[in-house]
Amino acid sequence: MEGLAPAGVLLLLAWPLAGWLANGLLGRRLGRIGPGLIGSAAVAGSFATALGLLAAYRALGPEAGPIPVPLGAWFGAGALVVDASLLVDPLALTMALVVSGVGFLIHVYAIGYMAGDPHPARFFAYLNLFVFAMLLLVTAGNLLVLFVGWELVGVCSYLLIGFWFDRPAAATAGRKAFVTNRVGDAAFLLGLFLLFTSVGSLDILKVGEAASALPGGVRLAAALLLFAGATGKSAQIPLHVWLPDAMEGPTPVSALIHAATMVTAGVFLIARLGGLFLATPGAMAVVAVLGALTAFFAATVALRQHDLKRVLAYSTISQLGYMFVAMGAFAPAAGMFHLVTHAFFKALLFLAAGSVMHAMHDVIDVRRLGGLARPLRQTALGFVVGGLALAGVPPFAGFFSKDLILEHAFALGMATGNYLPYLLGLLTAFVTAVYITRAALLTFSGRPAEPGARPHEAPPVMLWPMALLAVLSVAGGGLGARAAGEPLLRFLEPALPHPDGALAGVHAPAGPLMVLSVAVAAAGVALGWTLHRGRRDPALGALGGVLEQRWYIDALYEAALLRPARALGRWLAGPVDLGAIDALVNGVGRGLARLGADVRRWQTGYARQYALGVLAGTVLILVFWMLR
Amino acid sequence: MLTQLIFLPLVGALLVALIPRGRPDTVRWLGLLVSLAAAVLAARVVGAFDASSGGLQLVERAAWIPGLGVGYAVGVDGISLLLVGLVAVIFPVALLGSWGSITERVKAYTIAMLGLQTAVLGTFLSLDLVLFYVFWEAVLIPMAFLIGVWGGPNRRYAAIKFFLYTMAASVLMLVAILVLHALAAGQLGERTFDLQRLAEVRLDAGVQGWLFAAFALAFAVKVPVWPLHTWLPDAHTEAPTAGSVILAAVLLKMGTYGFVRFGPMLFPEALVAAAPLLAALAIVGIVYGAAVSWAQTDFKRLIAFSSVSHLGFVMLGIAALNEQGFQGSLLQMVNHGISTGALFMIVGVLYDRTHTRELADYGGVAARMPRFAALFTIVLLSSAALPGTNGFVGEFLILLGAFRVSAWWAALGVLGVILSAVYLLWAYQQVMHGPATARHPERLTEITPRELLAFAPLVALIFAIGLYPRPLLDRSEAAVRAALDRLERPAQQRIVPQAREPR
Amino acid sequence: MVPATAYLALSAVLFTLGAAGVLVRRNALIIFMSVELMLNSVNLAFVTFARQHLSIDGQVIVFFVLVIAAVEVVVGLALIVDIFRSRETVDIDDVDLLRG
Repeated sequence: MEGLAPAGVLLLLAWPLAGWLANGLLGRRLGRIGPGLIGSAAVAGSFATALGLLAAYRALGPEAGPIPVPLGAWFGAGALVVDASLLVDPLALTMALVVSGVGFLIHVYAIGYMAGDPHPARFFAYLNLFVFAMLLLVTAGNLLVLFVGWELVGVCSYLLIGFWFDRPAAATAGRKAFVTNRVGDAAFLLGLFLLFTSVGSLDILKVGEAASALPGGVRLAAALLLFAGATGKSAQIPLHVWLPDAMEGPTPVSALIHAATMVTAGVFLIARLGGLFLATPGAMAVVAVLGALTAFFAATVALRQHDLKRVLAYSTISQLGYMFVAMGAFAPAAGMFHLVTHAFFKALLFLAAGSVMHAMHDVIDVRRLGGLARPLRQTALGFVVGGLALAGVPPFAGFFSKDLILEHAFALGMATGNYLPYLLGLLTAFVTAVYITRAALLTFSGRPAEPGARPHEAPPVMLWPMALLAVLSVAGGGLGARAAGEPLLRFLEPALPHPDGALAGVHAPAGPLMVLSVAVAAAGVALGWTLHRGRRDPALGALGGVLEQRWYIDALYEAALLRPARALGRWLAGPVDLGAIDALVNGVGRGLARLGADVRRWQTGYARQYALGVLAGTVLILVFWMLR
Repeated sequence: MLTQLIFLPLVGALLVALIPRGRPDTVRWLGLLVSLAAAVLAARVVGAFDASSGGLQLVERAAWIPGLGVGYAVGVDGISLLLVGLVAVIFPVALLGSWGSITERVKAYTIAMLGLQTAVLGTFLSLDLVLFYVFWEAVLIPMAFLIGVWGGPNRRYAAIKFFLYTMAASVLMLVAILVLHALAAGQLGERTFDLQRLAEVRLDAGVQGWLFAAFALAFAVKVPVWPLHTWLPDAHTEAPTAGSVILAAVLLKMGTYGFVRFGPMLFPEALVAAAPLLAALAIVGIVYGAAVSWAQTDFKRLIAFSSVSHLGFVMLGIAALNEQGFQGSLLQMVNHGISTGALFMIVGVLYDRTHTRELADYGGVAARMPRFAALFTIVLLSSAALPGTNGFVGEFLILLGAFRVSAWWAALGVLGVILSAVYLLWAYQQVMHGPATARHPERLTEITPRELLAFAPLVALIFAIGLYPRPLLDRSEAAVRAALDRLERPAQQRIVPQAREPR
Repeated sequence: MVPATAYLALSAVLFTLGAAGVLVRRNALIIFMSVELMLNSVNLAFVTFARQHLSIDGQVIVFFVLVIAAVEVVVGLALIVDIFRSRETVDIDDVDLLRG
């Protein structure tokens, strides 16, 4: 493995890069089907490589530890030397498998979904570039290399959200996503500067080792700045606003980038820098509370959204909140577990929603759907499986991972007295069950809202990926279930630092908590069923209005940030720049011109007057000279 | 070798002048070949350059006006080498880029461009202050003609404003040069304008402050440092495409180069004392330029203000007065030349087709010009300093350098990183995205191979520098260290606590 | 023997006449002649002083002045002729291109 790792991990990255180049350069010559095949094959290659790496890594035994793959010095100046390096460890391998595995399924699905689009080469080129960037992000051994992947996935997200750029909404959504992410990235950059000036290196292993020796204030500031970056990428409060709009992109993009992989980068970052974060309880409290607040907030909004994909988008925000709760509860393994199961079931839900759009000619408003269970049987089945997993109903995958997070959140409460994350998490579980039941009922049950439509089930190329994801959404729980021996958790354990101090000896009562969370999920499903049976959709009064308006946060940003900023820009460009600064410059010029206009009257053009002047001057000098 | 490099374009201009009237293509080809020959010479200079030495190399000296102590002296070090390379790349690109858009007075145009190249090369390579001043001012003449003759509708206003503003600011520099000369004559016992000799003169703080202020004013207008920037939008907007490219890519660098070249050598204490002020102005420039850029409706004005913002970064790195800051600034000078030069060429491609610069006159262009859209995206991302493109390494080093001096500088500077994405993507969306609302959709034909060829070196450099910037950084490192060594003594008095030296 | 004062007085009168002529006349040729008058009045003063001080310097300078005057006539007349050709006038008040 030691010798295998560099070649393997480079091969892992090379596949999608080659796919990107092939699709990007050959473009139209590939015809309608070619790009999809090339794109899918490239990601399949990555997945196979990742599997090979996994096998080789496991063969090393449990003491393997992280394997750095140095790629040489990238750039440097003075004391700063950035070594480009990659890192192979259980965390990177897990993420690489999820990215390439789920990515492959979604690529295959996209062949069918994008069959009618005139620009398949561009689409798959972007998608492959995204997979490359994401794999670079997860295998990075240096924070700056990670940042390269981090930004590049953002660009791909921008390009893919705005893939149908002739629609202004799509173009604007892409821009919003990029700019919002940039806000987080700016904080991320500052965090990197702070880490570099205090640690002296941006190497992930070195940072992890040195972190606990840093002064508390530096550690807290660095952790919070990096977490601010994570809130941007992972759409947490207050930078969550871009993700729902990102649903303007093609549905496979929503499934891959905005549900399964890219948005989990923030969670991954915290796990990756566990050495820093876990040593900083102050930052962890912020992570846990903000995650819990986001989880609850987004779940409530999902109750009253009418665009099916937006419901799923808010659901993603909410589930990401869970993952941050896990991180903040000093249980990164649980967070990673939920990350994996969430990738399965949320991708499934999105693909099912995409199948609905495919069948209904891009209608996605649940008020205009309904009765689709009959014509779209497989899709409906997939959606229900995904929904049950999301709602946390046993034995679906989401149940195990969510339950584990709640257990750790409860333990956090026992250790620190901060039960807020647990309570919000439990409440969120309830709301989650309600909104996903509503979405499923409104979409699939009852009679069609617009009977004229002739929906048709998706082709097999779209159904098979959904089927596989459905299987994973059921079986994925085995990765972390106690009964199955928690293989994923054990695998990840060496790569993640252990919490020490207060939480070390605390064990939450797992049994009663599990019963409680199952009861809550069941109650949520039941309530959802009662409220929305027969495609009824009660508006929930004034509260419903607030939820429908997303708690007015988007409007608040628009009014309090964007509009003032624009006005400031206009004010600076108009009154200040042209009206004051440039006017001053031109004023100087004009003043000199006016002076010249006055002085030039002395030049009458009459030679006699000049001669008189000469004479008078001579006389004056003579008089002066004689009187002296 | 340097003398050949400097005067080759001028000789080329004379040859162009000999071509009889009415043969524009011959003129274009000769102009391009001369600039390519200069690029080859520049490549040889780079080859002969010894990166391990921080001193001036390939120095050539000759007596010019011995009675006054004026000499002809040229030389190159790591600081000027990068800019010479930039000049060598940008001029052929600009000539190729304006192949089809300049159709009147092609001969005079080519002569002006080649003359300009000699002047800027001379500015970057002079080691004698009088020679430097001559080249520095000589740059104005061809540039003013480029704006005033081949420019847009308001070209005369822009040309005169450009000429007067920058020249008025430079006159004080001449006075300072003469004062320096007189003081040096007293201390050294010889009449000299030689930079290396003048660097030995010890000036007391007060005199140094005044002389530095005079130099800094000339440089600051050229950069331009906020609030001395208002000539820039007008000049950029009215200039022909190639003029904007040269102006942005090369001429603005003369100002920042001046700070790096003369600050540490002649006025180290004054530079250290002025650094906080320079940093403050730089930060204001970064944010102000970005905010104003966002409010523009004219594409070229938008890019012009983005230059104010980007050059703010360069000044911030210089004001940081440490290795990361200086190295980042030098790299960012090259980067800005490439990215913003390319952005102006992007506008040029559109302008050649539709003859409008208003953002509102475009829309949905990406659907009609997909290859152009890809190109635009690359240039845009480079300008927004995306990792993997050239802009990132420079901005990262600059901000890191600034952070080591004060976390606040970096925190405010980082706003520019956000805002650059705001206005660039906004402009991109206005022009390229949305339904096809462009005013002259039928004229929006896909980019031609010749235009693509002009972009090719820039795009290649965007990725090359972004992925592997070490060849550039290694060559400037020794020179930057030498420059900082001169600042060392005063810098030690103002060390900032959090700037702990990393291991 | 006429006293030197008389020569000087004559010189002064001539100079004044010349200066007044330059100031009041409008015809370029007359002004020109007035200038010649001033030059020659100065010559007269030079010669007077040269004789009085028994020094040759003053007389030498007179030759210089004569040469200058001749040169001036050549250039000046050429200008006047040229102006007359283009403007059909030698009235200097009509030639005011340099009026501010």
